[in-house]
Amino acid sequence: MRYLPQTDADRSAMLARIGVPDIDALFADVPKGKLVTDPHGLPRGQGEISVERHMNRLAAKNVAAGSVPFFVGAGAYRHHVPASVDHLIQRSEFLTSYTPYQPEISQGTLQTLFEFQTQVALLTGMEVANGGMYDGSTATAEAILMARRLTGRAKAVLSGGLHPHYRDVAETISRMSGGTHEAMPPAPTAEEDILSRIDDQTACVVVQTPTFYGHLVDLRPIAEACHAKGALLVAVVTEVVSLGAIESPGAQGADIVAAEGQSFGNPLTFGGPYVGLLATRDKFIRQLPGRLTGETVDAAGERGFVLTLSTREQHIRREKATSNICTSSGLCALAFSIHLTLLGSAGLAKLAAINHANAVRLAEVLATVKGIRVLNDTFFNEFTIRVPGNAAEIVEKLTQRGILGGVPVSRLEPDRPDLADLIVVAATELTTADDRSMFAAALAEVL
Amino acid sequence: MTGYTRDHEWIAAAGGEATVGISHYAQDQLGDVVFVELPQVGKQLRKGDVAAVVESVKAASEVFAPVSGEVVAVNETLTGDPALVNRSPEGDGWFMRLRVTDPTELEGLMDEASYKAFVDTI
Amino acid sequence: MLNTAERSRPTQPAPISADDVEAVGKARGIRNEEPLIFEVGRAEVSGVDLPEPETVTSRLGGLERKTELGLPGLSEPEALRHYVRLSKQNYAIDINTYPLGSCTMKHNARLNEKMARLPGFGDIHPLQPLSTVQGAVDLMQELSHWLMTLTGMEAIALSPKAGAHGELCGMMAIKTALAARGEDATRTTVLAPQSAHGTNPATAAVLGYRIESIPARADGTVDPEVVKAKLGPHVAAIMLTNPNTCGLFEPDIIAIADAVHAAGAFFYCDGANLNAILGKVRPGELGVDAMHINLHKTLSTPHGGGGPGSGPVVLSATLAPYAPVPFIRMENGAPVLIEESVHALEGEQPFGRMTAFHGQMGMYVRALAYLLSHGEDGVKSASETAVLNANYVRVGLRDVMTQPFGDRICMHEALFDDRFLEPHGVTTLDFAKAMIDEGYHPMTMYFPLVVHGALLIEPTESESKESLDQFIETMRGLAARAKAGDAASFKTAPHFAPRRRLDETRAARQPRLRWRPAT
Repeated sequence: MRYLPQTDADRSAMLARIGVPDIDALFADVPKGKLVTDPHGLPRGQGEISVERHMNRLAAKNVAAGSVPFFVGAGAYRHHVPASVDHLIQRSEFLTSYTPYQPEISQGTLQTLFEFQTQVALLTGMEVANGGMYDGSTATAEAILMARRLTGRAKAVLSGGLHPHYRDVAETISRMSGGTHEAMPPAPTAEEDILSRIDDQTACVVVQTPTFYGHLVDLRPIAEACHAKGALLVAVVTEVVSLGAIESPGAQGADIVAAEGQSFGNPLTFGGPYVGLLATRDKFIRQLPGRLTGETVDAAGERGFVLTLSTREQHIRREKATSNICTSSGLCALAFSIHLTLLGSAGLAKLAAINHANAVRLAEVLATVKGIRVLNDTFFNEFTIRVPGNAAEIVEKLTQRGILGGVPVSRLEPDRPDLADLIVVAATELTTADDRSMFAAALAEVL
Repeated sequence: MTGYTRDHEWIAAAGGEATVGISHYAQDQLGDVVFVELPQVGKQLRKGDVAAVVESVKAASEVFAPVSGEVVAVNETLTGDPALVNRSPEGDGWFMRLRVTDPTELEGLMDEASYKAFVDTI
Repeated sequence: MLNTAERSRPTQPAPISADDVEAVGKARGIRNEEPLIFEVGRAEVSGVDLPEPETVTSRLGGLERKTELGLPGLSEPEALRHYVRLSKQNYAIDINTYPLGSCTMKHNARLNEKMARLPGFGDIHPLQPLSTVQGAVDLMQELSHWLMTLTGMEAIALSPKAGAHGELCGMMAIKTALAARGEDATRTTVLAPQSAHGTNPATAAVLGYRIESIPARADGTVDPEVVKAKLGPHVAAIMLTNPNTCGLFEPDIIAIADAVHAAGAFFYCDGANLNAILGKVRPGELGVDAMHINLHKTLSTPHGGGGPGSGPVVLSATLAPYAPVPFIRMENGAPVLIEESVHALEGEQPFGRMTAFHGQMGMYVRALAYLLSHGEDGVKSASETAVLNANYVRVGLRDVMTQPFGDRICMHEALFDDRFLEPHGVTTLDFAKAMIDEGYHPMTMYFPLVVHGALLIEPTESESKESLDQFIETMRGLAARAKAGDAASFKTAPHFAPRRRLDETRAARQPRLRWRPAT
């Protein structure tokens, strides 16, 4: 086996040194009869050639997003990742290192995390951010738990614009952890009266912008209403490129921002691994879960970085920790950070402008198709269309014509027949004018 | 007079009020104190309730109310200068002042000599 | 003709006389100091060339950004240097032995990276039509089959994002099963050994359970009689790591499982140390009801400086119905991805959803590539070698270091305590920092908490005999130095790392968690 360096002679010599007759003597504590003696019936080891052949065969059964006109978003976005990002994250020193518990030989990881935290804080308009969560949905769930600890209240009010998967994750954790939640009905149009749901039992209001349906939400009146009742506003962002064009949630009064960071540096990969962002105000730092890197000096007076405020975490606080999180999403956070470093303010603003312009053009051309209605007044790079008929069937017909034409809302809201004629459609910097016209033409054909 | 608990709190009672902190031995065991979480003024504590949390870099420890009472003052200086607990644990590094509701609870405490003897057995 | 220009260049070094030469700047040879991007980047610079956006009528509805982003940009060559220089300040598996106990720093095969980057895996969207991703669903099913077969368990929830997330998933399944029996309100306690990973009590606490600690007996394992005494109608589950965090296989695990089940509670197994027994023992045959598998440990998907992980949970027949969405159902011999609870059939009662989309697909690809490469023979061999290597290190060090539970065979990691250091004024921390000077990442220190000054060494199966011999020799040398009374050199270690010891007190007392412009 190519990954195991020892020869049979090595093994014999080592067993002799240990003073046991054979390997199974080392497993003597295993209860009698429980050592596997019968084969599992699984394949035997293979070399790279045959493993690659097998994996290629599986991969070939999938349609890669880059091979077709592609308009799927709804919480994960196909963006261009600069070539140097993937090169850098595959350096051994980043790829094959552990959580930086020994800071003297982990300054690379620690400094990049410190830079990541700062970038996230700047992007979201918050004072402080942690070193990353699993993804946007779990970051949102952690934000709710954090708000409950900070307010001493149990209830989370979830906007109908929240991604249905995020809503379901939040609902699961609330129910299981002794909290309560009130989910507003899905809001395919921008209208919902969330302000009336905020009361003095409310720990937080969770509002996504742009919403799952693409609408932009003015967070300021919601923040004011929350604060008037002693509740916190959790702002959720699933498309972080939007923050290059839209006012940050922090500047609009959000108390906690939970976001999906996939759009920077991370490929689609069927939904994971991604990286969750979690940012808040300085005064809430003691209740922020996850890793935090801080600046300090070494014994020689040189600047250096360490993991800090660890007493919040499970390995020290155990059952009193802020969260059970241990492994987070370090390498995905690094990819995010490198991509954002390459973009800078100027590059991000331009990237956001391209995304918006391409989506506006897409909305314009789809609106010319007979029977199609764009539901959004406002949007960033994604919006919702109403089709005359069953959206899932129409998307499937588009697929047969080689176009991946968005997400039928019914896939995530199968028990809501009133949403069965809606498709969420996205455009990014990778969407071309040709893609857009092919989409419109194909849509006209299948209707 | 100052009394001590087996959880290494000290308590100095006078005129119906009691000042509470952690002992010199406790701060020494904790190492560098980096954070102190204090209760809200006005909070009603029962004897044995968690009254405060004191943290070093690698440990978090709870400070229990040695007697029942209402929190009438907390040492805000510790928020900005937690190291004061190390420098002056039984003086300027006090944690909180309580209005004692049941003075009989003060009776079971160790005096300095017996606390010292207790620490020697640890 | 004499070429004097050529002769003038010396080709033999001068004898070394003084080593106290200071460099002019902060660099030391090819080890460069690197400022923060915020100190060298400029807002107007970008390392990405993008086309001009089309001119359109804005649909941002007046919510345009008005506050400055303030994100520095670097050109591509500057960015490459920044990150390459930083990378050189990191230790890595690819550099040398990484003996972090409990963390399983084994070789990360690059084939797995290559496979995860195939466009058919890396460039597919979680919500593109299922008809266009059958290969991904097939792969999830194939991985599930491997994991269920090797562990002898009935069902699997693939979606948890990491080990602790898997614990949460498994405990949620248990909570749901108890609720189905009408016992959720009465079974409010979770038992966990004192030696447990911190994630165990933290996970149970998230779900509102009261944690009761089980002390270890003198030999470092759990006494079934102690467990029995703590069991009762108030106990929901026991969370037990096996092999345990002291590196020992729990010899009475079946008696413990039987007692737990007899009391109507569940057995959650923390699978963090599965790499010692995969292919050798099927946890399902030991009475386990739920167990997470850390793909980033046991199946070598890379640790990446702290993630991403992946923590699929295998479930017993009792818990199988409660697996969260999404899950895979076989229909006419083909795997189908079931994404929403409303599509559940009889016997499927998913408790909810752990994460958006379908979990860590990129890690599933790597894990399956690992399993196919090893095969069932290689998986078994890897476990055996991990255990062999740990015992070889243990035997190589047992006369100079101290073992907390006597001289007994261990599984994949060898545990020592600090009794061999204490009389000499050297702490476990000092010893660890001295290892850095010798070119090694320290072992796990001060864990498990039940052992004083613990040193937990996990060499993994990736180390050759020569590499282990060298490690043993170095450790013996350090132990000898400590015993010779040279505490001073330990106190100031490391001497040769990119940084000397860092001031963690200062970092925690005055937290600076982000860069801010100088005022």
